[in-house]
Amino acid sequence: MHDKKPETLVIEPWRDPTAKPYISLSHVTKRFGNFTAVNEVSLDVFRQELFCLLGGSGCGKSTLLRMLAGFEEPTSGQIFIDGQDMAGIPPYRRPVNMMFQSYALFPHMSVEDNVAFGLKQDATPRREIRERVAAMLALVKLSAFSRRKPHQLSGGQRQRVALARSLIKEPKLLLLDEPLGALDRKLRESTQYELMNLQDKLGVTFIVVTHDQEEAMMLASRIGVMNLGHIVQVGTPTEIYEFPTSRFVADFIGSVNMFAGQVTAEGSHFVRIAAPDAGCTIFIDHGVAAPPNAQLWVALRPEKINISREPPANPAENCTQGVVDGIAYMGDMSVFHVKLDTGRMVNVTRANLIRHAEDTLTWDDRVWLHWHPASGVVLTI
Amino acid sequence: MSRRVHPALWIWLAAGFAFLYVPIVSLIIFSFNESKLVTVWSGFSTRWYGALLQNDQILSAAGLSVRIGLISASLAVVLGTLVAVVLARFGMFRGRALLSGLATAPLVMPEVITGLSLLLLFVALEQAIGWPSGRSALTIIIAHTTFAMAYVAVVVQSRLTGMDPAIEEAAMDLGARPSKVFFVITLPLISPALVSGFLLAFTLSLDDLVLASFVSGPGATTLPMVIYSKVRLGLSPEINALATLMVAVVGAGVVIAGVILNRAEKARQRDEQMALAGDEAPPLR
Repeated sequence: MHDKKPETLVIEPWRDPTAKPYISLSHVTKRFGNFTAVNEVSLDVFRQELFCLLGGSGCGKSTLLRMLAGFEEPTSGQIFIDGQDMAGIPPYRRPVNMMFQSYALFPHMSVEDNVAFGLKQDATPRREIRERVAAMLALVKLSAFSRRKPHQLSGGQRQRVALARSLIKEPKLLLLDEPLGALDRKLRESTQYELMNLQDKLGVTFIVVTHDQEEAMMLASRIGVMNLGHIVQVGTPTEIYEFPTSRFVADFIGSVNMFAGQVTAEGSHFVRIAAPDAGCTIFIDHGVAAPPNAQLWVALRPEKINISREPPANPAENCTQGVVDGIAYMGDMSVFHVKLDTGRMVNVTRANLIRHAEDTLTWDDRVWLHWHPASGVVLTI
Repeated sequence: MSRRVHPALWIWLAAGFAFLYVPIVSLIIFSFNESKLVTVWSGFSTRWYGALLQNDQILSAAGLSVRIGLISASLAVVLGTLVAVVLARFGMFRGRALLSGLATAPLVMPEVITGLSLLLLFVALEQAIGWPSGRSALTIIIAHTTFAMAYVAVVVQSRLTGMDPAIEEAAMDLGARPSKVFFVITLPLISPALVSGFLLAFTLSLDDLVLASFVSGPGATTLPMVIYSKVRLGLSPEINALATLMVAVVGAGVVIAGVILNRAEKARQRDEQMALAGDEAPPLR
């Protein structure tokens, strides 16, 4: 199946300045009355990408998806799909299909008829419809259920019917609105892999809307984080997690300890930040483009902080003390809530590498927290 | 865990049922009365059923009522559905509140007022453009359609509002034009509401006395009008026989509907069991 991909496929086309975007949004704004749902969004998505729009409820991600599908017209701005301007083109003429959050299966039609619906609209020859539907149902492992009605299927099967129905026309772009939202946790995990495999096999460009950051991290080639109608950051899952560009993104993705501080010393490849809350100076091993005395923030992920009863080798920097205030045991790891001597609460996670450790940290233990100079992310907004 | 029910509650229940059904039961019993006097029992007989079948006036009125009911219910379903679709699917257009008010006005308007205003309208129209010429079955159909349309609109609109709009969007997304979406997706999905709207409209039409009295003309006498005029001349056992037949037809209809619904419910439960069992289907790899 993999040989279907064109030879020239670039692994990360967004790094190539000459690459032509497949889906392009340019200054797209959508207002409903006085409410601006989507505000000046510009975005390029490349062929065969699996792009995730991630954001909380009401951030405008669903409106953006509906504009791509053609159910809403942008108030201003333009949408191009494969070079074609989509302005004024109704949903039934767009080379785009959508998988709805509620699946929106036609309750009065069998699985087969649901999947065949799109092809019938194009007056495809009967025999071809039958063959393509059978192949699609085989692909999503539903051949045995072709005669059933949607209400005779389980949630996971309905999800696959919805997926098959939206893929049957081989759209240039497939939009997925919270594709795994209605499934229970176990099923979600397996379905995530299936979705990725399917996308890989068929080579269709996916845009997925989700509020679930784990889902986005796992599925996406790139993530666009949305807030209040804006796209605040676009990047690979690693970039979004390890190199957030704003406090909003750092805080929205994963959990983070945020310390406000000011630059006390800086050089071309280091910076020292006084963070009163942290109870120490934070040393960062790269330069920062911020004027001295400017207010900034250091974001520290809980898993990047070491926790121990003994002081580290070099307690001069990136090192502070506190008392274990609470422990949340999660099985694979434990979250320690540490109350620093400054009074500030900090979350630290530690993987539970040993099954039954003799000398584990416990409540009221006095601990040292320290971290690598590269661990802190300096944020100016 | 059987709870003892206080005897007084049984008496209440019996009184309630008696209040509801004694009049109907006595009507049925007296339809089999031998005597010509409705209130005096003199022996069992089915002669009034025979007499009913000989009575051309009643039979033709019943036929007319059924014809008017079928035609006006069909028209009401078409018009009422159009109104419902416009109200439920076309967003906030200018004049929406007016349309909504106009469409549902007959629900709250006293029938006497509706009847009188329609009569005045028909008279004025006849003088102005010569149509409809005189009062007839046609004017009754028009009156019943206006009236029943409101009920259909309400029933269908609530069904449309309760429907997931994504289903219609999905059809459009897959390439169906709006008109095709309406006929292939929307219409089948609201068909239960269309059926109940039709039955409601038919029943309202069959049952109506007030509107028909206002707008009917010579030669167009519906069944309720005949019954009412006969009763005014004194009770006749024939009417009892007619009423019994109507109760039997309605009762049979209710029982059949109940059985069908019950079967559908059982089938649905079985399907759900099947769906849950289907969870163990092989995973997709």
